[in-house]
Amino acid sequence: MGLHRHAGLWLLVSAMLLCCVSPLKAELKNSQHDSHSNSNITGISIVSFKWEHVKAPYIVAVWVLVCFLCKLVIEANHHVTSIIPESALLICAGFILGGIIWGADHQQTFSLTPVVFFYYLLPPIIVDSGYHMPNKLFFSNLGAILVHAIIGTCWNAATLGLSLWGCQKGGAMGDLDIGLLQYLLFGSLIAAVDPVAVLAVFEQVHVNDVLFILVFGESLLNDGVTVVLFNVFDAFVTLGGAQIDAVEIIKGIISFFVVAFGGSLLGMVFGILMCFLTRCTKNIEIIEPGFIFVVGYLSYLTAEMLSLSAILSCVFCGVCCQKYINANMNENSVKTVKYVMKVLANGSETMIFVFLGISAIDKTIWVWNTGFILLTLLFIFVYRFIGVFLLTWPLNRYRLVPLEFIDQLIMGFGGLRGAVAYGLAVMMDEKKIKEKNLMVSTTLIVVFFTVIIQGILMKPVVTWLKVKRATLHDLTLIEKVQNRVFEHMLVAVEDISGQIGHNYFRDKWKNFEEKWMMWMLMKPSARKTQDHVFSVFHQLNLKDAVEYVTEGERSGSLEFIRNDITSFRIWTEPEVGAECSPCRRDPVPSVSLEMHEQTMNGLREMEDLNSHHLLQEHLYKGRKQHRHRFSRNHLSINTDEDEVQEIFQRTMRKRLESFKSAKMGMALPKTISKHTKKEQQKVRTPNGKNRISVDEVRLAMTPPSPTGLEVMQTQAGFNMTSATLGSHGNTPSLPVSVAGGIENPAFMADLDPVVPLQIPPWLAEAELDSGGVAPSQRAQARPPLTAGDLRRLAPLRISTQSTDSFMMADIPDAEQRRDSFDLPPPPPPPP
Amino acid sequence: LSFLECSWRFCGRFKALWMKAALPDFKIRELTENPIGGRIIAAFFPPEKERLDFPSFVRILAHFRPIGKNRSRDRAQPEQANSRTGKLKFAFELYDQDRDGKISREELLQVLRAMLGLQVTEEQLRSIAERAIQEADLDGDGAISFDEFKKSLEKVDMEHKMNIRFLK
Repeated sequence: MGLHRHAGLWLLVSAMLLCCVSPLKAELKNSQHDSHSNSNITGISIVSFKWEHVKAPYIVAVWVLVCFLCKLVIEANHHVTSIIPESALLICAGFILGGIIWGADHQQTFSLTPVVFFYYLLPPIIVDSGYHMPNKLFFSNLGAILVHAIIGTCWNAATLGLSLWGCQKGGAMGDLDIGLLQYLLFGSLIAAVDPVAVLAVFEQVHVNDVLFILVFGESLLNDGVTVVLFNVFDAFVTLGGAQIDAVEIIKGIISFFVVAFGGSLLGMVFGILMCFLTRCTKNIEIIEPGFIFVVGYLSYLTAEMLSLSAILSCVFCGVCCQKYINANMNENSVKTVKYVMKVLANGSETMIFVFLGISAIDKTIWVWNTGFILLTLLFIFVYRFIGVFLLTWPLNRYRLVPLEFIDQLIMGFGGLRGAVAYGLAVMMDEKKIKEKNLMVSTTLIVVFFTVIIQGILMKPVVTWLKVKRATLHDLTLIEKVQNRVFEHMLVAVEDISGQIGHNYFRDKWKNFEEKWMMWMLMKPSARKTQDHVFSVFHQLNLKDAVEYVTEGERSGSLEFIRNDITSFRIWTEPEVGAECSPCRRDPVPSVSLEMHEQTMNGLREMEDLNSHHLLQEHLYKGRKQHRHRFSRNHLSINTDEDEVQEIFQRTMRKRLESFKSAKMGMALPKTISKHTKKEQQKVRTPNGKNRISVDEVRLAMTPPSPTGLEVMQTQAGFNMTSATLGSHGNTPSLPVSVAGGIENPAFMADLDPVVPLQIPPWLAEAELDSGGVAPSQRAQARPPLTAGDLRRLAPLRISTQSTDSFMMADIPDAEQRRDSFDLPPPPPPPP
Repeated sequence: LSFLECSWRFCGRFKALWMKAALPDFKIRELTENPIGGRIIAAFFPPEKERLDFPSFVRILAHFRPIGKNRSRDRAQPEQANSRTGKLKFAFELYDQDRDGKISREELLQVLRAMLGLQVTEEQLRSIAERAIQEADLDGDGAISFDEFKKSLEKVDMEHKMNIRFLK
């Protein structure tokens, strides 16, 4: 069965490939054809094949599609991907594709060119990793990372170059025309650990955070060294051995500092620019994410232009700005940035690996020299381990938590080389370096070895050595609080003991940050809600609210009526004697949920109402998408709301008049009577239960697909049922049901005047005044969004209790929204 | 390192500070800015004593040493100060000022108030405290005992959180 599926996909992919190969052939033929046909145009062609016009973008698009299809095929079977990492499989897919193209064209028309790689495929990955870098972890381990990146890379390059040169002198490689400088050049380009490969392999093996950040940070920061070494040795090779003197070497060393620090500073400048931009983009929130991508890309290109380290620039740009941007931007923009970046980074990674595979299938570049290749592999492996152990030993004496031996082993094993090395190798000048093809071949083999073989072995080795794995768990509130306590504790003890330690610096930075950076770079509104513990609390509450609603929907509406206590098993035991103080200040979602939880266990109805009101307040405030109602980009559903509003207003006004006249004994319009029967039937079923259920019914009743009258009517039916449950004041609750949907609320509005007349006993105590109807008007005026729906329910119920304070409280809220919805002002509350 | 060796090594380094600490008007400026500074100072002084002697000082600081490995654990031995439990006990006592063995809601609220103070309202603080207790409280008595505290923090990596390298 699975085989059939896969066969089908493979057929599809190969068909796709033939499609893309044949246009190339067609293009060659067409170009000849066109030149002939131009001379003798006989008539108008209805349809013509305009390959030349779309050739370039078409090929790019087809290749992107093909790469993604490869990924699709590979990820279809999880058994395979758990053993062999995805990157290895992508390379193999690249081999196959390369083979097909080679067979079709007898030359490698597509390969990973340095320009495409360095300017289009690599930046998204680096920007993504910078933006999502765990800052705290990164900066805590920055010392170790820098040592490994700088000294480690230099060590690798030097030892590799020298060893290979020594072996050549010793005759192990046969007859090669490579000088010492060229060996050093080769060493420098192949020494660097590659961020793409590290990410690809380590993402499947969830090692502990510290280990991961050490390897990954090293792979990012060693770009500074790689760029410098490569350029320096390239210049040396051009100059020739004779002209190298102390000045040149000193210039080389200085250029390292310039490139590395210059790149980082440039990145920070761009990061700060990004923060300023997001601070001011309150009015154009819809394209806020665009700024991030453009500025990130610009930071990369600018560094390239100035011959600084582009990767360092990107990384520091992301690292500096992430906190402020996430605080400044709209929630939706934050999500957009996160997901789009992931898409771009993942897509780029896929394409890089596929093209690496394709580029390998090219007879012209392959030069085989057993000694060279095998020795390179051996030396890379060995020197990596030696380098790691040598460097970690002094580091451990200064680290708080020393790096264990096993972790060091994995660090050594995780020294993967990747596409960056290949890109640099291809960039070498053939005239200067005669054995370029040999070097390119060796680089390819090294890359394949590390990615495929080391990638496959990584997981078993990690499991066998029992490396500490990452622990993923949600932070509980008490952990967050305790972490904060620990931080303060450490700072205090450092103060006491007079040490200038890590925590001292962190504390100083925090103070500086709070005083200056936040003032400059964050929006005033964002500054207020910065506290961590509070934001965790907020997140937890939001999560609970969502769970609550989904639980409600899942349990079904009737269940709520019957078992309102048991259905809330998601709540834990009630608090003992906790006060409930309803407060209507803005950022107080916290209070409401807690209140709600208490009331679930049957406290007084007053608190019930408060809680529900507050819960719905909170849920309402959590949503911000309705702000874009009037923008060009809202969904079609919004336009319906506008029309619905108008219909609503018109019918409400009509109903109000007819209601008043009906009160005076006039006949009701016929349309109303149609529904009354249904109401009457439902009315008969008594179910004297808790009020709580009513709200739950409504919560359950606001499904995202309001279609047709039936829904409305069933809603009305249920609400009628539940309406009978409460003690009194049913009337105003009925319009609520009307409010719970988009289509034809006018129908439900009809019920308003009906009920008071048809159900006298319940309404004996009810206050049938305009106040009763008004809330419904006001409520219905609000946009029928999923959260907004919920909101409408509470004010109505509160008004039935007719505690003036709540009514008064409701009105300002309504008035706030009035300008958005040109509605008639709500009638004043009952005196 | 045994405790004696440890204190011997501490001697040279901390005598000066100890002098400062033993003075009645003990003031380190940064500590006044620290939200829980007062509690930490109080933690140094053994209950009902006004003056701090050197061994007690060292004993408290010993909590912050990195967790030792490969030490033969004799069950009868009292809990090491710098073991995970010892550190957690120290942290626990920062909250539990009245030493009744439980962190009550009020005590938690006080700590939260000190740390979050300005940006958060009283009700929010209260509900945060509620929620925190609710998450950690397993036996439902409305307060957090030491075991519950330990359990709720079992996933926290204590090695990084509560260690200072005093001795090179």
